[in-house]
Amino acid sequence: MRNTARPPGDGAHRQALTGWGRTAPTRAFVAHPAETAELAIAMNDHGPRGVIPRGLGRSYGDAAQNAGGNVVCTDRLVGRCELDPVSGRAWVSAGISLGKVIDQVLPRGWFPAVVPGTQYVSIGGAIASDVHGKNHHRDGSFCGHVTAIELVTGLGTQLTLTSNGTESEAFWATAGGMGLTGVITAAQLQLRPVQTAHVRVETTRTNDLADSMDVLNEADATAQYTVAWVDLLRRGRGRGRGIVTAGAHALPEELGATSEAGLKVPPNRRLASVPSVPMRAGVLHPKAMALFNDVYFRRAPARPTTTFAPIWGYFFPLDVVGHWNRLYGRAGMLQYQFVIPDHATDQLIPMVDRLMADGIPIYLAVLKRLRDVPGPLGFPISGWTLAIDIPVAVTNLGPALDRLDAHVAECGGRIYLAKDSRMRADLVPVMYPRLDEWRAVRDRLDPEKVMQSDLDRRLSLVARSSGYKGLLNA
Amino acid sequence: MRDALGRIQSVLLIGGSSEIGLAIVRGLPRIDGASVCLAGPDRPEMEQIATALGTEGFGAVRVLDFDACAPTDPKGFVANAFATEHDVVIVATGYLGDQATASQDPDMALRLIDINFRGLVPALVEIGQRLKTQGHGTLVVMSTVAGERPRVANYTYGAAKAGLDAFTRGLAASIDHAGVQVLVVRPGFVRTRMTAHLAPVPFSTSPDKVAEAVTAALGGASKTIWVPGILRWVMRLLRALPESIFRRLPA
Repeated sequence: MRNTARPPGDGAHRQALTGWGRTAPTRAFVAHPAETAELAIAMNDHGPRGVIPRGLGRSYGDAAQNAGGNVVCTDRLVGRCELDPVSGRAWVSAGISLGKVIDQVLPRGWFPAVVPGTQYVSIGGAIASDVHGKNHHRDGSFCGHVTAIELVTGLGTQLTLTSNGTESEAFWATAGGMGLTGVITAAQLQLRPVQTAHVRVETTRTNDLADSMDVLNEADATAQYTVAWVDLLRRGRGRGRGIVTAGAHALPEELGATSEAGLKVPPNRRLASVPSVPMRAGVLHPKAMALFNDVYFRRAPARPTTTFAPIWGYFFPLDVVGHWNRLYGRAGMLQYQFVIPDHATDQLIPMVDRLMADGIPIYLAVLKRLRDVPGPLGFPISGWTLAIDIPVAVTNLGPALDRLDAHVAECGGRIYLAKDSRMRADLVPVMYPRLDEWRAVRDRLDPEKVMQSDLDRRLSLVARSSGYKGLLNA
Repeated sequence: MRDALGRIQSVLLIGGSSEIGLAIVRGLPRIDGASVCLAGPDRPEMEQIATALGTEGFGAVRVLDFDACAPTDPKGFVANAFATEHDVVIVATGYLGDQATASQDPDMALRLIDINFRGLVPALVEIGQRLKTQGHGTLVVMSTVAGERPRVANYTYGAAKAGLDAFTRGLAASIDHAGVQVLVVRPGFVRTRMTAHLAPVPFSTSPDKVAEAVTAALGGASKTIWVPGILRWVMRLLRALPESIFRRLPA
């Protein structure tokens, strides 16, 4: 029975799950409902460890894991993708990936209003993490362009939530709510009209971290899409030098194409896929990565240059390598993404310096400006965000990141829950001062606290008095 | 929940004043402010230990009464111990006793069996169910190489530990599909209070070495570990010896 999770108690068919970072696996009963009725069964079937939805498993940590409980995969909730070509609104099933949505809507002149750094996120996951993209400084996060959400709550109730209707509180608790308000089954997206499947990209090299920040700031003033890749393996004066790309959807005349040809979806290629590597610490090495970074930097034109890139390569550069997370070896990797508010801008460089002084190798670093979002558990605030990829098999990583957590919290900043796999529970209310507000709405939607996840238990997101429902008298 | 770095949030130690148990607790990778629950028969000593752990960066430290010799309401005890879930549960009660006495005194013999095996069984049954329900965590049970082949010097203790060892491995087979790791630890001679009156023997080790080995095995595929590791092979050899030769080996 593929569509039914087995209740805890029956030993068979527990499946080990991890996030994209491939750390801290736990086992759960996994269901793959294909329609709402099957979903209702999987929801009602829950034992004391409850239920959490799982999309494409791209959260880095344990957000879509539920040790001993049920995990509802949305990979078969893919039936709907209905575009109204006039308004640009589309109802999309929660299990469909953003890449698939693009395949459907781009030839008709539409594009998701916000896309993250990978096309392999489900619509449900994009909402539950309220993902942000290269146009965040201008357009805000993903949920700002979601007009309605269909949600099945822990009580099994089907709700349609709108961002400004009577259920707007529930909508905004679900946006960035890490799946803990219920299972999203579909959503209506307001798409963006585009004229081509390409992006005009202005590339600028920067000299160091401060320069990267300045150039990014300037680009934000005029460009729709901006992001800075920075080299944080390089020490000394060039620390944090990088490449700022500023993009805009290209016009047909810029490409010398007819409007029809301009919308032809370019091939969405996967050049390679990484096999499982047996080594604990993977095949990446700081020195090799430093060399790679150097080559990557030098490959970019020394003077600001304009080029045209197909949407896939521009928005989702890492997607060309399948399973790139395996490069980090059996021990896995983590992504540490934090944001600090504008008034603490001067703290960013000391934070990076401290990490480098602690000997933490930062293999990939991406810098971006953010602004506030409405959801009480939304990550973005007005300020600077830095996302850094780090192998887990690094000495002293725990204490170094703990110190950074404290520094970030002190500045009024926060850690992105969709990426977290290791922070301390007691910092969550400090970083997310509206946590109790979120909990109140969440508890109203799911008073029996059916929705549970490893992330939730590790960080005590859902308020529980002591022990967990059912555990004391299981 | 253990985090991406393998750090634990909470640990339960049964045998709350056991030197080996405490060495394991202190050696576990943990988040700042991880909580500890100590359970054992000697509350005053455990309370002192709790105070010390509080100054070593542990967060909440709870002390619970548990006497393997006279277990009362094991279900209630385990329910209480699991008011919050645990990432690691260590069972480290142990009483070597005096074999000369135990060889002649049925009460003493039974007492050794009770403390080292019988009294732990109800708690282990309950703990096994809890861990299976929570679907994650590691159960560490202190066995001994003395349980692998009986010797005149400590066969009652050895028999009790052999029972515990077998029971634990059976428990492992019944719950490890649920994402629970059960680790049987078979150290050789460990230099502790329990063995202070005995002359050290070859392959003897220390509580810290045991703790290191447990930490290394945490979250991995190991089911049984020997400390030091070479004992795995030494014991394999000793088990294979004919009884006539085995008995002639120096005690």
